[in-house]
Amino acid sequence: MIDGLLAPFEFEFFRNGLAVATLAGGLCGLIGVYVVLKGMSYIGHGLSHAIFGGFAASALLGVNFLLGAGAWGVASALMINAVTRRRVIGSDAAIGVITTASFALGLALFAFFGGAGANFDAALFGSILGVGTEDVVAIAAVSLLAGTLIFLRYRALLFTTFDPEVADASGVNTARMDALLMLVLAGSILATMQVLGVTLIAAALVIPATVARMLTNSFSRMLWMAATIGVVCGFVGMNLSYHLDVQSGPTIVLVAATMFAAVFMVTGATGRRRTAALARRGVAPA
Amino acid sequence: MSASAELVALEGVTCGYGSEAVLVDVDVDVAKREFVGIVGPSGAGKTTVLRVIAGSMPPAHGRVRRRAGLRVAYVPQIETINWSFPVTVQECVLMARVSSRRLPWASRAERVAVSEVLARLGIEELRERHIRELSGGQQQRVFIARALLGEPELLLMDEPTSGVDVRLRHEVLHLLDDLNARGLAIVLTTHDLNGIATHLPRLVCLNRRVIATGSPAEVLSPEVLERTYGASMQVLEHGGMPVVVDSFEHRHEHLPGVPEGSAA
Repeated sequence: MIDGLLAPFEFEFFRNGLAVATLAGGLCGLIGVYVVLKGMSYIGHGLSHAIFGGFAASALLGVNFLLGAGAWGVASALMINAVTRRRVIGSDAAIGVITTASFALGLALFAFFGGAGANFDAALFGSILGVGTEDVVAIAAVSLLAGTLIFLRYRALLFTTFDPEVADASGVNTARMDALLMLVLAGSILATMQVLGVTLIAAALVIPATVARMLTNSFSRMLWMAATIGVVCGFVGMNLSYHLDVQSGPTIVLVAATMFAAVFMVTGATGRRRTAALARRGVAPA
Repeated sequence: MSASAELVALEGVTCGYGSEAVLVDVDVDVAKREFVGIVGPSGAGKTTVLRVIAGSMPPAHGRVRRRAGLRVAYVPQIETINWSFPVTVQECVLMARVSSRRLPWASRAERVAVSEVLARLGIEELRERHIRELSGGQQQRVFIARALLGEPELLLMDEPTSGVDVRLRHEVLHLLDDLNARGLAIVLTTHDLNGIATHLPRLVCLNRRVIATGSPAEVLSPEVLERTYGASMQVLEHGGMPVVVDSFEHRHEHLPGVPEGSAA
């Protein structure tokens, strides 16, 4: 049995894919905390679709995918941020308009010039077949950058996420913090797109953070818990993907969803027991 | 007011959101150790005045004179807080030290400072609790603690007693009184004329423009209140303090179909 579990490690593509999926899980888990707490869960979904437009354009123009889609993603992220900060249009509407237009452009480009095929499917649903050493290096670099930024700007990012108005009045450049977060998010989506696929990145961003939120009431604990849950989902999901012969994106997301369901049930039962214990002691629950 | 006592002064400030002016030609000044209440109806621009004083909203016209190096702390309306956000009391209070240290975790000196400010407000034992698990009074104290940790000279509070019961209102008012007595200048906004405003030394009646400024006895007159709120009010006296009551006789004029003499 052990031999069977270790068998895929003989293949370089699997080792690369596993490294990327594990790092992607941790990275998305970490960034997802801010995404979920800012009430922008839909942005992961939207931005990944927007980057698909850049993916299509760079594929057709023959430019480097990372460069083309990266520039496209960063531009979309900054546009969403700028529209949202004007407060006339809600963030959900801004995300909806900008990202779906970009996604539609990607589809139209493929329809006009051709290009649907293996790359198209891989971009949508993720694939580890094309993952090379350079992808591992890219996601390791983005993870290191994101981790460093979050570490160094932890206090300002927390204040901006929790209470932007008072953070602003306290001298925090909240516009810069929001833009920074959007850039890190765009970089993370770009780096993880190949393994997870644009349609499933949102789940990798949202589920680990949501599971961590159910397990703790502390922000600092939520951050490392979400990253750890993301790492576990990426590692387990990628291994299952190989053994079940299912695409990597859906498998990783299904592992995360299963974890969510389990924690949801356990914390629900714990909460009911706590309420019952308080009621028996005649104490009103908080 | 002597220039050395002045902390902040708004001179002819006009500002707004988009093309709509919320404040028009507003003059407000705050001196050291002052306790000022800003009263007015919803949409009068009370919160905007606090934002301009705090420096988070620049005026479109006019100018803001702020003493160099002035430390200002802002306590938002408790209703605007996201109570499901995962922060403990200690994490919330530590936000005040956003610029003093790069590292995410608190230094030993910061932990001591947090303990001291929480102890001063009587909530030290709650430091590991989630902010939603506290009573209304404790929640208000957490945000005042966050403001005090920055050692401000001027505390701005937006509707500190909005939606709270009488006991909590007294608790908050006594706490603010105590902080003011120790030298902290405070500016707060309130809807509560009798519960809060009449107890303050100085009021600013605002409705986009400053209608009147002075002690409660000076500004709480039927004329000023009518101009501020656009509604008729009477001012009685009880125990040497003004008490504002609605003028009910005018209300019936606006209730078509209500027979004369029936209860509205």
